[in-house]
Amino acid sequence: MKNRILQLCATVAGIAVGLVAATSANAATTLETVKARGKLICGVSMSTPGFATADAKGHMGGFDVDVCRAVAAAVFGDPEKVDFVLTNINTRFQALQSGEIDMLSRQTTLTFSREVSLGLDFGPTVFYDGQGLMVPKSLGVNSAKELTDAAICTLPGTTTAQNLSDFFRSIGGKFELVVFENPDENRNAFFSGRCEAISSDRSDLASIRAVANNPDDYVVLPETISKEPLAPAVRQNDSNWRDIVSWSAWMLMAAEERGITQANVDEMAKSEDPEIQRMLGVNEELGKMLNLDNKWGYNIIKGVGNYGEVFERNLGTKTALGLTRGPNTRWSEGGLLYAPPFR
Amino acid sequence: MPLFYDARIRAYLYQVIAVGVVLLIAWVMFSTASANLAKQDIATGFGFLARQAGFVITETAITYEPTDTIGRAILVGIANTVKVSLLAALLGTILGLLVGIGRLSHNPVLSRLMLAYVEALRNVPLLLYLLLWYSLIISTFPPVKQAIQMLPGVFLSNSGLVMPALHWESGFSAMVTALVVGIAAAASVARILGRRRVVTGKDRPIALIATIALLLPLVAALLLANISVTWDVPELGRFRLSGGYHLRPEFVALLLGLTLSVSANVAEIVRAGIQAVSKGQWEAATALGLSRARTLKLVILPQALRIIIPPLTNTYLTVFKNSSLAIAIGYPDLVMVSNTIMNQTGQAIESIAIFMGVYLGLSILISLVMNWYNAKVALRER
Repeated sequence: MKNRILQLCATVAGIAVGLVAATSANAATTLETVKARGKLICGVSMSTPGFATADAKGHMGGFDVDVCRAVAAAVFGDPEKVDFVLTNINTRFQALQSGEIDMLSRQTTLTFSREVSLGLDFGPTVFYDGQGLMVPKSLGVNSAKELTDAAICTLPGTTTAQNLSDFFRSIGGKFELVVFENPDENRNAFFSGRCEAISSDRSDLASIRAVANNPDDYVVLPETISKEPLAPAVRQNDSNWRDIVSWSAWMLMAAEERGITQANVDEMAKSEDPEIQRMLGVNEELGKMLNLDNKWGYNIIKGVGNYGEVFERNLGTKTALGLTRGPNTRWSEGGLLYAPPFR
Repeated sequence: MPLFYDARIRAYLYQVIAVGVVLLIAWVMFSTASANLAKQDIATGFGFLARQAGFVITETAITYEPTDTIGRAILVGIANTVKVSLLAALLGTILGLLVGIGRLSHNPVLSRLMLAYVEALRNVPLLLYLLLWYSLIISTFPPVKQAIQMLPGVFLSNSGLVMPALHWESGFSAMVTALVVGIAAAASVARILGRRRVVTGKDRPIALIATIALLLPLVAALLLANISVTWDVPELGRFRLSGGYHLRPEFVALLLGLTLSVSANVAEIVRAGIQAVSKGQWEAATALGLSRARTLKLVILPQALRIIIPPLTNTYLTVFKNSSLAIAIGYPDLVMVSNTIMNQTGQAIESIAIFMGVYLGLSILISLVMNWYNAKVALRER
């Protein structure tokens, strides 16, 4: 009997020690973990046309997906060495915090409270978005200000519902908010007329419109009621990993500025321009300073192309979403994309 | 160690060890979580409850404005959850009782029909029914602009049923008091007359007298108190019907889904309860010349009730917890409000702890009430 009690105590102590040990084994840096695994794990959204969707063969594509692929190309020289985890709007930050994913590239708005209180660091803004409202053309509405008393469908939480509240408070109107957990239910409620309007980021509205039976029946209203800078995020306190993600994103933008494309990157590697030489790893050792292969920049552009190519392939006017570049064009043409110098 | 050979002391020792183990594991989990959160610079604590919520909740059982606190928003979520669960439990029980009795009918068409009803509802996940009812409502009824006007001021559309609402200018409290007094009077009159009937054997129209007792205080209040009401009649604005009382499709679909699910379960419980009463009771009542309906009401159901209560408690607990499926069809229950808060504050552990605590607390409350009722109707051996 005494032995059994001792045994029990020993088991309990063992469990306790095990629990404590399991929690403190998180010392390796993200880059080491990723390299040891041989694959990047990237959190993206669930089936959002243009940003993250699987094609008929199950191959993931989209703007957010290509940002992940750029980082995979920088680390491994191969844009395919990445696994995608579909995160929903509620679990995306937890997935990153808990280490389930290495980076989050999921139409996520950079805000003060997210960067400061969630244990995250954001990379550069890769897409300048803003919240808009879409209505059926038959409603005959030309401005969001006319939508007082209308019912508006949205997804829960995030900043969407709060921005709508703020907007209607500022114009002194009221509205009826209908919130859905599931994007499909949200779309269906809007298409079947439960709500007069649907509100989300403008890019997301374009993707909702793209799946309508007849996209021409719907119109996105001119007002942008919030700023939504969408940026990739990583866990806090890992500067090297954050640098890799940030500069991979800036590499896409800088390549467009310098006219380096997926097709001409081999040609450009012979360029005499010192910055292009540094970017493509011909000269100096920028890659080594990031603990990466020195040809990381070459690999990114060879793998996914420059920012303009990524945009046009996934979101541009020739796609179902049909977005124009708007503010997402380079600074020299009046846009907001401005990559810091590579030196 | 002679003490150890004492069976009682040994039993205590085991219990102390068991509690100690549970506490130790809880402590390890708590301290690990706090340490990890601190390491990742994630905010902790319940301070966020006092911050301004800032988001709109459309359906509110208690008053709420976006400028209220997050704590108030959680209360709105709780009130919405309680509202829909209570109504579903009440309506479902009444419907289930009828279906359960119908199941035992001698009419084969009726009993087969009730069987089909129960099996169809019990064997498909509730979530699918919720999505079905909701899609049916929003795709069958016309949009607001072409709302069907059923009666003057009553509009039916895919954004719900809108009807005129009574607006109390004054005298509301007088009416409520009169109603409470009336209910109490009716209950006690029915009780006294019931006892008198047992003693004297004379049958009086108890139901009629009780109804009069119920209505008298209300009539008195109408005549004596200064009561003025206005009708808030809905009007068609540019998009919506404004004013009046609004029954939204999200609420209706959820209430319908939960009610039907409760009724199917209750029907089976009632059927089992009735069949558990021995056949001799039916025969004895028939021998006394009671009709089938009176036998059921006076002899069988009171005895069946004792068997019905414990499984009924389970059904009520289930409907309360199932109301969290509301999130699928956009009804702002506790879980949906908590999710929104979680998203805005990023404090997932605290938000989940709150809603788990609320569900646990209210479930225990339901159990306590039902156990009390069970003890009250249980067979007392004399």
